[in-house]
Amino acid sequence: MNKSVFLGALTVAGLAAVGASASTLDDIKARGKINCGVTEGTLGFSSRDAEGKHGGFDVEFCRALGAAIFNDTEAVEYVELSSKNRFTALSAGQVDLLYRTTTWTFSRDVDLKTTFVGINYYDGQGFMVPKDLGVASAKELEGATVCIETGTTTELNLADFFRANGMTYEPLPVGGTTEAKAFFEEGACDVYTTDASALAGVRASLKAPDSYIILPEIVSKEPLGPTVRHGDDQWADIVRWVQNALVAAEEHGVTSANVAELSKGTENPSINRLLGAEGSLGEMLGLDNDYAARAIAAVGNYGEIFEKTIGESTPIGLPRGLNALWTEGGLQYSPPFR
Amino acid sequence: MSNTLSFVRTEMLPQKTPPASSVGLQGWLRENLFSSVGNSILTLLTLGFLALILSNILPWVLFGIWDAGSLTECRAMFAERYADGREYACWAVVTDRWDQLIFGYSFGNLHEGLYWRPIVGLALILLALSPILYPNLPRGLYIATAASIFLYPWLIWGGSIWGPLTLALCIIAAVFAYRAVAKEVSSLIAIPASLLVLGVLVFFAMSPVSSGLNAVAPIELQPVPSREISGFVLSITIGIVAIVASLPIAVFLALGRQSNLFIVNKLSTGFIEIIRGVPLITLIFVATILLKYFLPSSVNLDPVVAVMVLVTLFTAAYIAEVIRGGLAALPKGQYEAADALGLTYWQAQRQIILPQALKISIPGIVSNFISVFKDTTLVSIVALNDPLGISNAIRSNSDWNGIVWELYGFIAIVFWIFCFSMSRYSMSLERKLQTGHR
Repeated sequence: MNKSVFLGALTVAGLAAVGASASTLDDIKARGKINCGVTEGTLGFSSRDAEGKHGGFDVEFCRALGAAIFNDTEAVEYVELSSKNRFTALSAGQVDLLYRTTTWTFSRDVDLKTTFVGINYYDGQGFMVPKDLGVASAKELEGATVCIETGTTTELNLADFFRANGMTYEPLPVGGTTEAKAFFEEGACDVYTTDASALAGVRASLKAPDSYIILPEIVSKEPLGPTVRHGDDQWADIVRWVQNALVAAEEHGVTSANVAELSKGTENPSINRLLGAEGSLGEMLGLDNDYAARAIAAVGNYGEIFEKTIGESTPIGLPRGLNALWTEGGLQYSPPFR
Repeated sequence: MSNTLSFVRTEMLPQKTPPASSVGLQGWLRENLFSSVGNSILTLLTLGFLALILSNILPWVLFGIWDAGSLTECRAMFAERYADGREYACWAVVTDRWDQLIFGYSFGNLHEGLYWRPIVGLALILLALSPILYPNLPRGLYIATAASIFLYPWLIWGGSIWGPLTLALCIIAAVFAYRAVAKEVSSLIAIPASLLVLGVLVFFAMSPVSSGLNAVAPIELQPVPSREISGFVLSITIGIVAIVASLPIAVFLALGRQSNLFIVNKLSTGFIEIIRGVPLITLIFVATILLKYFLPSSVNLDPVVAVMVLVTLFTAAYIAEVIRGGLAALPKGQYEAADALGLTYWQAQRQIILPQALKISIPGIVSNFISVFKDTTLVSIVALNDPLGISNAIRSNSDWNGIVWELYGFIAIVFWIFCFSMSRYSMSLERKLQTGHR
């Protein structure tokens, strides 16, 4: 093929440049699609089925935004990003937001000029053991052999946790998840440790998942949440409050099944404000008052999303844990809709 | 006298057949496998080792399951069919995700009924390459070669046909401009002049003309976004572009590095050394990630095109060095003979130097082609879904979570088929060009 074709194609690509404009929401409305940055494939959070369609926990939140803005969960263009190019893609305007299992840290928030607008999943390092070990808590792991991926923060967190609890352990260094899984399944190590969400995926892929348990302790903080560019607070508000609406819906018992009924008006003013039967919260966002009702009707509330994508009824089988509502001992909490 | 000769045989004995132990299967075995005690021991050890490996791998491959919807189903079927509790290959993942692995999301899934586009594209490429690969075929096929340069991108990316066609017209116009200027003024300024014509046409005339033509006669294919081009379609597209485009660039770089012209020499050397000094993965990162920091945010650099350009330049730098090796291997007499005949530089290169130098370089060039085709899998690092990227994506679906060897095995076999064909072609080419100098 001729080099000039590519130079030509480059030129065309350069000329077909997207003009930067003031408001992300206006851009999205003009385009008719939300560009949502997701992972190339993370079990339970975003993956493609045999038809090539995206699905998963993070994807449901993108779909909720599609429903809130366009009343169409399909009005979302999924852009797969690696962990290396996600922030450039966001700041270059290739995507409008990231729902890409991105940990909220100080330097990413401040230095990279991105804005984290919420936490849709509280992740953290966990431990998996065979049931036969007869252990119910990570604090009983004195002297255990641990499969650990070398050169990761997981390794450092592990050392800290055992030292803080005055326990000793035998590390068995492994090169990657596949190798770790093989060792763990053979019984070469008693414990496998990595981020809890990934741990559940590894457990689901074992030959006999039911003979292993994930211990309740989480020993590091990995809050994952949606990310937008600095400088467009209206768009940040929309992403933040659509997610909050899904959490608030669970808190108030609003589900995809009863949302149509409840949005006609209830005795509870909080529900009425959330679903747009009272007040004009949606219009303040630049949407309309039914935005939350549409999102909930389309994808369900936070609890429903959790249950159908990564919850205990799925092969992945993650417990709610830290992601339970604040009323049930978790951390998921929405500021009031008022 | 006669009685002293009596023991001399007067007629030849008929030739005897060789002993049974030195012909046929037995003879071959004796000569090649069991010629000495040491060899016999080695043969037996090797056979035992092979048997050990195959007895483990073959049942896994052959007793695998081809029809299941998920790894869990596969495992249930193993338990049901085979009482030994062993795991076999779950090839069902390949049948389930065949479309994605081969055609990618773009043609396999998202746009129904578009299978024909990559298939026609590949057929076109094969047709286009055939006159180059097999000189006996009719010369008219070069028309297909020229056409495929513009039609293949159209088939893959879609959109209006008038875009590639007007680009072709611009290039033809530039060629005419070169000829006219070279004839009327001088061939020295013909090159910059024709490039100027090309630039002006592409920047100012192409887009209005093509959209105008499209308004009159809209011939369009459904556009396919670059990031959805995936699977083996992506690997083959990048691979073929890199292979075809890099060779001419490499020839010029190699000649440039041999040249006595100071600027040409230093530019070629610098280019080759800089590109060769940097790993391909770094170049891919720069093209797809770092460039975004330097270019204004309104410029939308297509990641697939960026990767193609860089892989092409990378391959060109390596092949240039292989060709330079071929040039250096020619005896000085060849150059002097060309000079003595009064040939110009380009005549000498075309008629005498390059045919011999390229012939020497064939094995090196083809092994570079093979390695660049395999290097296309590096693009999965920047979230382009080549077959390896797709295999990761398949694993991240809870249906196939935990499947490893079946996917890698399948991808390896497909790559092997392509690479082995290239290697066989290069060997046949070497035999054909063998002129008895070695």
